[in-house]
Amino acid sequence: MPTITYTDDSGESRVVAANVGDSVMETAVRNGVPGIVAECGGSLSCATCHVFVDEAELAQLPAMEEMEDEMLWGAAVDRRDTSRLCCQIKVSDDMDLHVTTPETQV
Amino acid sequence: MSDAAGLLILGSSQAGVQLAVSLRALGYDEPITLLGEENHRPYQRPALSKEYLQGAITKESLIYRTQEYWDEHRIDVVKNERIIRIDKRSDGSGVAHSMSGREFAFDRLALTVGARARRLLLEGVDLPGVLYLRNADDALELKARAPVVKDVVVIGGGFIGIEAAASLARMGRTVTLLEAGPRLVGRAVGEETSAYLLEHHRARGISVVLDADVRRIVAGGDRVAGVELADGTTIRADLVLIGVGVVPNTELAESIGLACDNGITVDRWAIASDGVTVAVGDVANLPNPVPGAPEGDRVRFESVNNAVEQAKVAAYAITGRPEDYQGIPWFWSNQGDLKLQIAGLSTGHTRTVVRRDDERGKFSVLYYRGDAIIAADCVNAPLDFMAVKAALAARASIPAEQAADPSVQLKAITVTSSGEHS
Repeated sequence: MPTITYTDDSGESRVVAANVGDSVMETAVRNGVPGIVAECGGSLSCATCHVFVDEAELAQLPAMEEMEDEMLWGAAVDRRDTSRLCCQIKVSDDMDLHVTTPETQV
Repeated sequence: MSDAAGLLILGSSQAGVQLAVSLRALGYDEPITLLGEENHRPYQRPALSKEYLQGAITKESLIYRTQEYWDEHRIDVVKNERIIRIDKRSDGSGVAHSMSGREFAFDRLALTVGARARRLLLEGVDLPGVLYLRNADDALELKARAPVVKDVVVIGGGFIGIEAAASLARMGRTVTLLEAGPRLVGRAVGEETSAYLLEHHRARGISVVLDADVRRIVAGGDRVAGVELADGTTIRADLVLIGVGVVPNTELAESIGLACDNGITVDRWAIASDGVTVAVGDVANLPNPVPGAPEGDRVRFESVNNAVEQAKVAAYAITGRPEDYQGIPWFWSNQGDLKLQIAGLSTGHTRTVVRRDDERGKFSVLYYRGDAIIAADCVNAPLDFMAVKAALAARASIPAEQAADPSVQLKAITVTSSGEHS
């Protein structure tokens, strides 16, 4: 089963078993992982599911589209090169993804 | 069940779910019962008219939380129970009685009962093939029928009507949208935005009729066959979807003597007139939370943002750490390939600035009261939306003259209240 490791800004980690096809945001929210707000439910409207993806794993993800890129400029914590909105990252077979959540989403 | 007591939350949609989740996050330790009348696990509504209808996402992805989450946080989720009567004592405790005969005792009550689709009083509205869209069962029925119909008439040019019309047009249906007023989404956006939406949706093949005076819904055999307008024309339809707004569900609140006026009247801590009962979300009529709003100004929102933020405020109040509800309201509406995002409330604006870039398909209207920016409607322009939302929250200004140039980034010209460029 694919797994996603969520680490908060204090360094505490939680590993969650994920379902293929769900988003990394849905996986977090449904399991009550703090640090991801996702007010808009994944419709790319709020930029409150901002994560920093492990640098080595970033290249394995499909590239982001323009809308996600633009929304990221408005995230509560300034974006970095590894920033993604995790509602746009789909869980794939054998995924073992590590993301860090920013200090705040709003 | 009646020995549970603790907090009883009536309504397990966005506001109720957020209230339960926030309370546990704040360390609230009393029993929580989250009760809903639909026979579904708590689910998200916004996608029902959009991604879910178009088949882009499954039913499962609408579910808020896993059962393990509810169990682990000791939130007792009850579905398929409709409360018909409440006995409440003056201390705020009492018993709620459901239609099936169950009793739910509570030490404190939270009403997150939302709103229901406004029914149209019209000949033919009860015909098979005439639908509303508010809950999951409505969406399931619409989704089941959409592939087997050809001509759809949508009555109502608000968010739900347009979103559904755009979804159905994308799915290859012939769609006519009838709006009774002179422009689209007249209640939520300004004239420039309405005109842009009209232009866009007509270009995408939706036949939009403004100032439409619907006379009746016409039957063909035992099913719907069309919609007749006052001018005598009949528009063919094998499916009619009505989206003409919602009515807040205040009946239970009224029955226990809570003050109601276009929603349940609450203070800035989400507490109703009895001083104990909580009301949050679409059903609540609250003091305008925008910083600097006129004293006494009241609003009722129909939005995810308010359901979430007001629920957090209520959770603080319940745990004895009241915090005033302050925030910048925001809204979104995905209409086919168009994403509308609204920041702030444009009510009372004195001028507008339009930023339009047809080459990139971006369009924004900024609303000003005097020199102060108060709101923006942004279409496929998330940078503008995020910049205005941030400026409003920081009480910063965006000079109107510079903002008129769509090639200028709003974030770059934002001036903070201390006079610095952000």
